Amino acid sequence: MSLVLEGFLNTVALTLLSFAGALVVGLVVAVLRIVPVPLLRGVGTAYVEVWRNIPLLAWLVLFVFGLPEVGVTMPLFWTAFTAIALYEAAFVAEALRSGVRSVASGQGEAARALGLTVQQSLRHVILPQAGRRVVQPLANIAIALTMATALAGVVGVVDMTRAAQRINLELAQPLLVFTGAGLCYLVMAAGIGFGARVLERRLA
Amino acid sequence: MFDAPGPRFRRRVFWVSVVSAVVLAGLVALGLRQFAANGQLDPVRWRPYLTWPVWRYLLNGLWSTVVAACATGVLAMAGGLLLALRPNRFTRAYAEVMRTVPVLLLVYVMLFVLPSFGVNLPLFWKLVVPLALSHAASYVVIFRAGVESVDPGQREAGLSLGMPDGVVTRFVVLPQAVRHMTPLLVTQAVSLLKDTSLGYVVSYTELLFNGRVLANYNGLLIQTFIVVAFVYLVVNLALSRLSHRLEARRARTAR
Repeated sequence: MSLVLEGFLNTVALTLLSFAGALVVGLVVAVLRIVPVPLLRGVGTAYVEVWRNIPLLAWLVLFVFGLPEVGVTMPLFWTAFTAIALYEAAFVAEALRSGVRSVASGQGEAARALGLTVQQSLRHVILPQAGRRVVQPLANIAIALTMATALAGVVGVVDMTRAAQRINLELAQPLLVFTGAGLCYLVMAAGIGFGARVLERRLA
Repeated sequence: MFDAPGPRFRRRVFWVSVVSAVVLAGLVALGLRQFAANGQLDPVRWRPYLTWPVWRYLLNGLWSTVVAACATGVLAMAGGLLLALRPNRFTRAYAEVMRTVPVLLLVYVMLFVLPSFGVNLPLFWKLVVPLALSHAASYVVIFRAGVESVDPGQREAGLSLGMPDGVVTRFVVLPQAVRHMTPLLVTQAVSLLKDTSLGYVVSYTELLFNGRVLANYNGLLIQTFIVVAFVYLVVNLALSRLSHRLEARRARTAR
């Protein structure tokens, strides 16, 4: 039973921490992709393209087995956290960027025409509108991230999916065990969806 | 949103560029030093990746990856189309559930659950079936969004011209829907190709699994997986480029 708890808690912790990390890194990358400095834009674009186009499992394998080879050792959980957070950050950055771009350019122009500075029009006109539009895509990323944490099980973190597999070896009640694990993911996704709706209503 | 840059602004951009170039170079140097200090930059450790047998092995893996991705794509699209054409409570629940349950869990069901019920598929299908089940749900969403993105006036116009319903769907709505969906379909293809890396778990000899076998054989962990990651990057970038090109064409022709 403690295995169930350990798996569940690890999945929840990994999801929450990686999402927080992905938000921070993703925000930085999104800013890099928007600033009017060509070099920084290039860096932002390269980041997104490289992370998004290589499977998360390949990143996890590279981080977990590769990093010790170059003298970087971290506990397994934190290595998995780093890989997942950096991977999802690429998607977060894209969501944030398209959120800003989805605000009609007329809005920005109107603010500028009224004499607001760039900072003011960003702060009072563009970002509030973008914030609302970004909630749903971010919630989708969070749900995808919940699913993605299962891959950490492949490289050795005892997450819910791996726990389910191990429990099944002992109990030999596959239907019960795997349905239970599936339900846990459903509950987490439902929680994220609910949170997103509340947040969206508050921002509206 | 920004004003045309004046001299002061341009000077600031210049200095920010210089500083960030220095920081960037520093980071790269730091990384390289870390690699070098642990002997990972030794040419001996990279030379195998200039030889044909190694590449032939990896490219064989890539071929299996592509085959699995294509099989999954066909099955998932067929399933997605069937589900999208009949929107009811079951299909909606299916899409919801499949979009929240990790594919890995489905793979484990294939690997550990079904055999105890006497269903033991070949390795290829143990990878493809869970992927197809999961991606079908994504295709349902894409197809539905595609059809809904077509202005209802288009259908009404077709009907008022006296076309039968089937003809309107086939010749008016679907062509426009497909055009709207193409970029999403390519994004989905990238995600599908990435998901075939679960062959690593199933022991299906796709790219990542072959990388693992290779690394176990020659002990060049970092080098192998960097090369494997690079192959994924090149293939998926090519797919994404295709998507951008299609999107640009759509922007030009959409009216």
